[in-house]
Amino acid sequence: MRIRKRASGSAATPAVLSLLLVILVAVTVYVFASGAYAPPPAITSVGHAIDHQYDLTLAVVATVFILSQLGLAFAIFRFRDHGQKAHYTRGNNTMEVVWTTATVILFVGLGLMGRKAWAEMRFTEAAPGAIPVEVTENQFVFNFRYPGPDGKFGRLDAKQISASTGNPLGIDQNDAAGKDDIVVPTLTVPVNHEVQLMIRSQDVIHNFFVRELRLQQDATPGMVVPLHFTADTIGQYEIVCTQLCGLGHSRMHSYLNVVSDADYAAFLKQQEAAAQ
Amino acid sequence: MSSHAHTGGSAVHAPMAEPSGFIRKYIFSVDHKVIGIQYFLLALTAVVIGIVLSMLMRFHLVWPNATLPFVSGGQMSQEQYLALVTMHGTIMVFFVLTTAPQGGFGNYFLPIQIGAPDMAFPRLNMLSFWVTFLAFVCIVAAFFVPGGAPISGWTGYTPLSGLGEITGPGEGWGQTMWIASISLFCLASLLGALNFIATTIDLRAPGMTLMRMPLTVWGWLVTAVLGLLAFGVLLAAGILLLLDRSAGTSFFLPAGLVVNDQIQAHSGGSPLLWQHLFWFFGHPEVYIAILPGMGVASHVLSTFSRKPVFGYRAMAYAICTIGFLGFMVWGHHMFLSGMSPYSGFTFSVLTMAIGVPSAIKTFNWLGTLWGGKIQFKSPMLFALGFVSLFVSGGLSGLFLAQPAVDNLLHATYYVVAHFHLVMGVAAIFGIFAATYFWFPKMFGRMMNEPLAKLHFWFTFVGAYCIFMPMHFVGLAGGIRRYADPSAVGFLARLQPVHEFMTIAAFITGAAQLIFLFNFFYSLKFGPKATKNPWNATTLEWTTDSPPPIDNFGGHYPSVYRGPYEFSVPGAAEDFIPQNIEPAQVARAK
Repeated sequence: MRIRKRASGSAATPAVLSLLLVILVAVTVYVFASGAYAPPPAITSVGHAIDHQYDLTLAVVATVFILSQLGLAFAIFRFRDHGQKAHYTRGNNTMEVVWTTATVILFVGLGLMGRKAWAEMRFTEAAPGAIPVEVTENQFVFNFRYPGPDGKFGRLDAKQISASTGNPLGIDQNDAAGKDDIVVPTLTVPVNHEVQLMIRSQDVIHNFFVRELRLQQDATPGMVVPLHFTADTIGQYEIVCTQLCGLGHSRMHSYLNVVSDADYAAFLKQQEAAAQ
Repeated sequence: MSSHAHTGGSAVHAPMAEPSGFIRKYIFSVDHKVIGIQYFLLALTAVVIGIVLSMLMRFHLVWPNATLPFVSGGQMSQEQYLALVTMHGTIMVFFVLTTAPQGGFGNYFLPIQIGAPDMAFPRLNMLSFWVTFLAFVCIVAAFFVPGGAPISGWTGYTPLSGLGEITGPGEGWGQTMWIASISLFCLASLLGALNFIATTIDLRAPGMTLMRMPLTVWGWLVTAVLGLLAFGVLLAAGILLLLDRSAGTSFFLPAGLVVNDQIQAHSGGSPLLWQHLFWFFGHPEVYIAILPGMGVASHVLSTFSRKPVFGYRAMAYAICTIGFLGFMVWGHHMFLSGMSPYSGFTFSVLTMAIGVPSAIKTFNWLGTLWGGKIQFKSPMLFALGFVSLFVSGGLSGLFLAQPAVDNLLHATYYVVAHFHLVMGVAAIFGIFAATYFWFPKMFGRMMNEPLAKLHFWFTFVGAYCIFMPMHFVGLAGGIRRYADPSAVGFLARLQPVHEFMTIAAFITGAAQLIFLFNFFYSLKFGPKATKNPWNATTLEWTTDSPPPIDNFGGHYPSVYRGPYEFSVPGAAEDFIPQNIEPAQVARAK
């Protein structure tokens, strides 16, 4: 019985466990607050709206996290067995009602507030006049197609797909609209112009993700998913595939170049010349 | 007691004779206790394999160019890494997190806790185990077939998984074995679920009303209902996928697929259909893994706080609510899949709502501790760890549940951190709590307490050291399922964090040897356990350790009170077992 008494009477175990929980809270809060691992600044207005919603969620989550972990730490130390008698209670209905109502308001309210940014990016179409770019993904490359001077995409024909002969998208050679289409491995767009992407895949499911755009979308075969954005900062950003697509998944990579109007005009001119 | 009606209406049986042969007693046994131990040992084997696979993954992420003696070609290739990802996930989710809490402890303790002599359908129970075992053989065999293990992840998204080896190594035979394994597993789990539900409804002892059932039984019951509704859907999906691969159908394959410049002869199917079917199973699966753990946590917290569970009814209702809502949130895995954004928003709000019963459980766990007389035995330490990990892992879900924010975090290590904490590590802590708690009952011997505590400290600190920094990696853009981060510029700065996590994983993994040693050493050399070493109240503690073949030695208990009557004012002892008649309860002097 000596052993049993020492095990349940010692304050060391609850003290260490409580301390660990306090350290957990302190370190987690410190790293989040330091911003050391924050994502890069957003370059779209939707991106800022998402960041705002993220911050709001972080405030709620941090509050609940800190209170519940510290509450746990406190209970562990305060109510350790030091010879007292446990307080007999089966619960408290008022408290159940209060914390149920509070969490419904907090969690569901947060979810409803998240609608704004999501609606802005997904419930609306691009405005007329947005620059259309078709994004086609296959194992393990991105291809970006611009309609060329005629403003029309050529018809696609899966039978004519041949990466080795320079027609990776299978643009129908008999369709005049396709003659001037521009196909490039990186995405170039002008700053402060809305762009309408049409995202598709030829083989398995891929993804299009640019962190600075706060935009991520699966490329699912059989579907063409529209996605629009307006980038407000000139620069080069990385495009990655985040959907497991096969053995070359982690090598599937491209760039988004956000350029000035003049540079965009030059880019188009150069590509059109090359396409002739 | 309908099952007894056809045997003459009597509720008292003669003690059952134990089968004498080794095979009938230990291999093809119909005794739920033996089957429970079989499930447990299967899960133990699976978890060792699963952990080794994860260690290899962590190793590769930090030292990709190291030469490994057992890898063909010396260095691990991208596809070998992806095969590890796939097999680790599959083995852990199905054969550990589903098998141990439900098949193992549920099988062993559900009948005893409700005062039944066995499951309702003992032979079906045996069949469930052996089909699960066959499924396990199939998944392990996937490593050894031509082309090796599949690389499409535990989610097996089509078309990657639907077209055969043209989409990648492992997508031939390996993927077929994977589908066969999952389908068998679903079949076995369906049978098991039926058995659990029938047993709980029909075989409860006199006086064991629903609101007197231990919360563990509530956890297993609702888990069984989830399994009944979810596994059938995955089974159907698995069969359709198999047909797509081998019979030329196109359930999940659209027209115009071109792989390596070769056009595929499929048309009319939808890759999103697979995702819907998979996640209609996959999300309830998360709760299948965690609900039994919640039950165990409640049970153990109450026992070692020497207090009734705070808000028992609220806890039981919360388990049911989680089970119910669990079927309405699967679309949150598909926000960015191309599914309608309006559906996405609906799924988002429902997902936020499922946080409510989870929060209720957490508050009630704290309420249970509050005012208690907490004894820090090893099961209690793991139950407390469960609460902390469940809170940490659950809260990060509030970000992922919002489709707008998901644009930033989807498919990053943030998701990996989230589900590992909440359904991986927390569920494993539930399993450890259950093991340390029930080992004396199952094997009649005590485990070594100092070793158990050492195991707890390493595992608790280690789990946080692995998975807390992983959130930061995800936030900074670290993408999951990448065998090699070198192609992407922004990933380079995350490498030191990966090194830290890998070292933490190695230490935590090694610490599990303490558990294995303690488990097997105590089986043979642990001090003999009494009937009720923890002074607990539920029916399993009123019978021998281990219980006789029919659980109560020919006598069936009657139940007179709720499951957590600790520290009742006026009682002589601080616990009153469920089967003690009110007149027999000793009064304090």
